[in-house]
Amino acid sequence: MKEDPKDDLIPINIGPSHPAVHGTLPIYAKLDGEIIAEADVEIGYLHRGFEKLAEDLTYHQFIPFTDRLNYVSTFINNQGYAEAIEKLLDIEVPERAHYIRVMLSEVSRIMDHITCLGPNMVDTGALTVYWYLFRVREELYRLCEMVSGARMTTNYTRIGGLVRDLPEGFEDTAREILKGLPVAIKDTEKLIKKNRIFLDRSIGVGEISAEDAIDWGFSGPNLRACGVARDIRKDEPYSVYDDLEFDIPVGNRGDYYDRTFVRLEEMNQSMRIILQVLDKLPKGPINIDDPKIILPPKEEVYDSMEGLIHHFMFFIEGMEDIPEGEIYHAVEGANGELGFYIVSDGEKNPYRLHVRSPCFAYYQAFPSMITGKLLADAVVTLGSLNVVAGELDR
Amino acid sequence: MKVDAAVVDEILKFMKTDKGLSFNFLSDITAVDFLKDRGVFEVVYHLLSMKNNVRVRIKAEVPESKPELPSATSVYKGANWFERETYDMFGITFTGHPDLRRIMNPDDFPGHPLRKDFDVAPKDEYCPVPVIKPDN
Repeated sequence: MKEDPKDDLIPINIGPSHPAVHGTLPIYAKLDGEIIAEADVEIGYLHRGFEKLAEDLTYHQFIPFTDRLNYVSTFINNQGYAEAIEKLLDIEVPERAHYIRVMLSEVSRIMDHITCLGPNMVDTGALTVYWYLFRVREELYRLCEMVSGARMTTNYTRIGGLVRDLPEGFEDTAREILKGLPVAIKDTEKLIKKNRIFLDRSIGVGEISAEDAIDWGFSGPNLRACGVARDIRKDEPYSVYDDLEFDIPVGNRGDYYDRTFVRLEEMNQSMRIILQVLDKLPKGPINIDDPKIILPPKEEVYDSMEGLIHHFMFFIEGMEDIPEGEIYHAVEGANGELGFYIVSDGEKNPYRLHVRSPCFAYYQAFPSMITGKLLADAVVTLGSLNVVAGELDR
Repeated sequence: MKVDAAVVDEILKFMKTDKGLSFNFLSDITAVDFLKDRGVFEVVYHLLSMKNNVRVRIKAEVPESKPELPSATSVYKGANWFERETYDMFGITFTGHPDLRRIMNPDDFPGHPLRKDFDVAPKDEYCPVPVIKPDN
């Protein structure tokens, strides 16, 4: 920060470990009374060096690392990475795998929006909303555990398909859990939509115009709240999104109110997608039939010598015949455009793997969004942007 | 699409302002280290045109001896942190950037991590906090 000779401003440090910031994100602010005159942010507290690690790991070994990117919506990261590699290898995954991936991505999206809205409402003072929404999230975690064995670090997709098929009873459990979601959303709306305190606290807070947002690199719900109807699922459809019907909610002012309601409505739309997928789910294989790319099933690994050697070669030697080239594949993450840029030189490790994280692009705009505004608004704006430190710092 | 490194900001400005191209969204700026094979860094820009729904990848090569490039912050505001990250990880300086300092690593970190010759297990470890050793 610049040294000001007539420094009447009070420097405060909304430090890395603070209950009001979601993640380790310090904000160095200089206050003039209660108005923030200058602000600066720092990131990198959760930098784990994924991109450097990826250069030493095979493509299969990197899949668990993708869970840890945006750790609240893990299936989307898994899907994005697997689809990028599949595009590089130019292989086509069976339909059932596509539908299951889409369905679980939408489950992840709902969970991410809940994780954004619940704590954000707590920051504003509306504590009850947290309980209504997090009950659904707990049930959805039970669903994740049924499918992949873990609540958070799901590690479910593989290159060429999925690790295992859906368990028995998945469809009934999913439908039952999803009955609770519209109730929670409606209760939330009843509490906040006409609430005088919430409206005063949210309308006009953290506003950003559409041109500024596009210039800074916003995407996802934050951009749609500014009025730009841009969604990668509709504009550049990947997987089976062009067979499914859903709408895209768009705001008009780009403030905290719009971001909240865009996320609430997106949860409704995600539920619509999940119910369509459950109705349409085709039967069939979930992995492609190419032993050079897909891992052998665990029964073969434990029972037969060939399966064991096959599994061993995959994790020690890596895949063979990887073409040289580069690929950039973007999926619609819960926060926006999640892109994977992979440069391959034919070896079993990627030469360069870069993750374009949506939070990194829009957190740059945060200091300019809070300068000149009240301190309390800064806390609320940070929550409404939904900055996930895992994705920000990689 | 490969372009000349010296004029990359004018090219980006053209791609953004031209009515037919209108690449108004900067997706990503990153770099790839090709020092061993070709002796250059390749700085990669990904652009998206929302109007025409088209993506393009622009690459600019900078030599190892003089890794400098004009900054794109005058064209896209969002280039700010992407360029800081590329500087932090590779040591490529962007002239004209308003605030070029390290972003992910601590400010006094030795070296640039994503270069291929960066040693991930050095003999004397870098420690950002003072270490108090016992006196015996």
